[in-house]
Amino acid sequence: MDFQFSPQQELLRKSIREFAEGAIARKVQHMEETDEVPWDLYKEMGKQLYMGIMIPKEYGGTNLGNLSRMIMIEELARVSAAVGMAMQIFHLGIAPLTDFGSESQKKKYLPGLAKGENLATIAVTEATGGSDPTGIQTTAKLEGDHYVLNGRKCFITHGHVADVLIIMAKTGEGPKGFSAFLVENSFPGFKLGRKERKFGLRGCNTGELAMENCIVPREYLMGNEGDGLKVCMAGISEVGRAGMAGCGLGVIQACLEASVKFANERILGGKPISQHQAIQWMISDMYMDLEASRLLCYRAAWMRDQKMRCDTDMAMAKYYATEAAVRCSKKAVDIHGGYGYMMEYPVQRYYRDAEILIASAGTSEIQRIVMARKALTSFK
Amino acid sequence: MGRTKIFKPNIPLFHHSSIPIYFALRFIFFMNIIVCVKPAPDPKRWDSIQLDPQTKALRREGIPSVLGPLDKRALEEGLRIREKQGGKVVAMAMAPPSARDNLVEALAMGADEAILLSDRAFAGSDTWATSFVLSRGIQKSGGFDLVICGEWSLDGSTGHVGTQLAEYLGIPNVSRVAVVEGLDGKTLKTRSLIERGYRILETTLPALITVTRDINTPRFTSLLGVMEAEAKPLASWSAADLGIRAEEVGFPGSPTQTGDVFMPEMKRRAEMLKGEPEEMVGEIVRKIRQALG
Repeated sequence: MDFQFSPQQELLRKSIREFAEGAIARKVQHMEETDEVPWDLYKEMGKQLYMGIMIPKEYGGTNLGNLSRMIMIEELARVSAAVGMAMQIFHLGIAPLTDFGSESQKKKYLPGLAKGENLATIAVTEATGGSDPTGIQTTAKLEGDHYVLNGRKCFITHGHVADVLIIMAKTGEGPKGFSAFLVENSFPGFKLGRKERKFGLRGCNTGELAMENCIVPREYLMGNEGDGLKVCMAGISEVGRAGMAGCGLGVIQACLEASVKFANERILGGKPISQHQAIQWMISDMYMDLEASRLLCYRAAWMRDQKMRCDTDMAMAKYYATEAAVRCSKKAVDIHGGYGYMMEYPVQRYYRDAEILIASAGTSEIQRIVMARKALTSFK
Repeated sequence: MGRTKIFKPNIPLFHHSSIPIYFALRFIFFMNIIVCVKPAPDPKRWDSIQLDPQTKALRREGIPSVLGPLDKRALEEGLRIREKQGGKVVAMAMAPPSARDNLVEALAMGADEAILLSDRAFAGSDTWATSFVLSRGIQKSGGFDLVICGEWSLDGSTGHVGTQLAEYLGIPNVSRVAVVEGLDGKTLKTRSLIERGYRILETTLPALITVTRDINTPRFTSLLGVMEAEAKPLASWSAADLGIRAEEVGFPGSPTQTGDVFMPEMKRRAEMLKGEPEEMVGEIVRKIRQALG
């Protein structure tokens, strides 16, 4: 077993950390105050091919793989979970195209998406179905050479930002009754609904979408009719979960760094609180959570790079790292005492941001269903 | 009544007969640029740096090295000139073998080649010996038009090497450049900030410039850069490769040696004066005069 990163991955981490500390950090306050989407950051990250990390080279990407992507999301989320989340969703919107797109779809969209000239997202969740995607009610009817989509999507990260959206809709009944469509935001009948106001992840857009007789040409169907669940769930279960897990890693690391810094500076009872055992226990729990999460996350990402089946491993990584992020951010706030509750300290932001990592891309309960299903067949 | 005269070149731009002219022009204006960088201990870890009590050298075991902000600016300027004029940027460092990682970083940022000058004999070299080694490296690397250095290193901060290197190479040197104003393949025009103003200097090429932190904002490394860095040429040359004898470098080849390095003692002491205000003022003046010698 080799637990070392390649020199290229080390270099990648270093350069992304430099970008995050140099360009993202100074935007965070503005994003927190205004909830504005950091367009200039997206543009800059696009120029540096951050969006193309999973896109094959022949379509203008860098194809550095899942483990490199995990490192990238971790480093971005360490400085801003909102930017980590944004990047993860761009990748998630691109994944169905690289995995299931036709040659002409790939040629048309991937080069622009790799450079961030166009932004992508995926839209599955509706008021009637998210964790259970078969509950969705948006319909798609074939009329001549185009489909007509009708329905509403909610809680769509980057719903109002993306130019290209992978949208799941019903084309029939049963598990084969769903299809995925590539929809450009300029298609007639595609409308933006309300913009959500969130508890955390300020600066990362979440919104509602409405399709009112939205016309989608037939060649914009992803895969075949009836492949919808496969196209969307493959992306969400392996790319989406990995991304949320990566965000978790970044948040845990940020919590640990902030807590160690504060604990070394804050004097109580004549010595820094880092010398009090009560604080040390919290620090060591956070440290262990970070390392345990990393092992699960890096291994699951590595497995996907090896083309091994990894849905359960991703579920485990996602569950553990995101729950750990919530635990650690709570501890970080506790270590900061009253200061932890003040907006001047970043730990309150980590606390608010960590919570969404659990709900997004499958709640912890859903991840446990995935794990239980595997365990109940593997260990009988 | 004048007629508008439209200039029509005799040779169309994309005609095959213009190819030799194109190459001739590129040959004249292509710039071979060498950027000297010095991997230095990461400033974030400066609290763990210690001084060797005997040699007064920095003990940097376990502290990662980084390219300093001035090195990155020097490299950025080289890359910008290359992007405008065409040519090649070579990053060069005299450093221990671990500096390979820093040179790969320079390659990822955009340098075309990197050369590491590394030999146990170089250890302990002062700025004079370092400049000598770098000059040999540059001479061995082939032709060059411009050498760019940061005005000083992140750790030693003597600011000697750039100027001494120009002396060894026998080329003009412009130090503390804040703007490269013009470059035409034969001459270079620079602007430097000085007290209460600036100074514009023009020099013939080849030349050496040292740059300040005002010159540019270095770019972030792109994923493409990260991807390509590994495949770019990175040479490592020893003293023997450069034809350097052991006594010319290291401690024996260094005319300057650190006498002492210490933290100045900054003790504060309070003394309360008593008496009438006039007396106390007189006393304060006397004490200040005494302290000034």
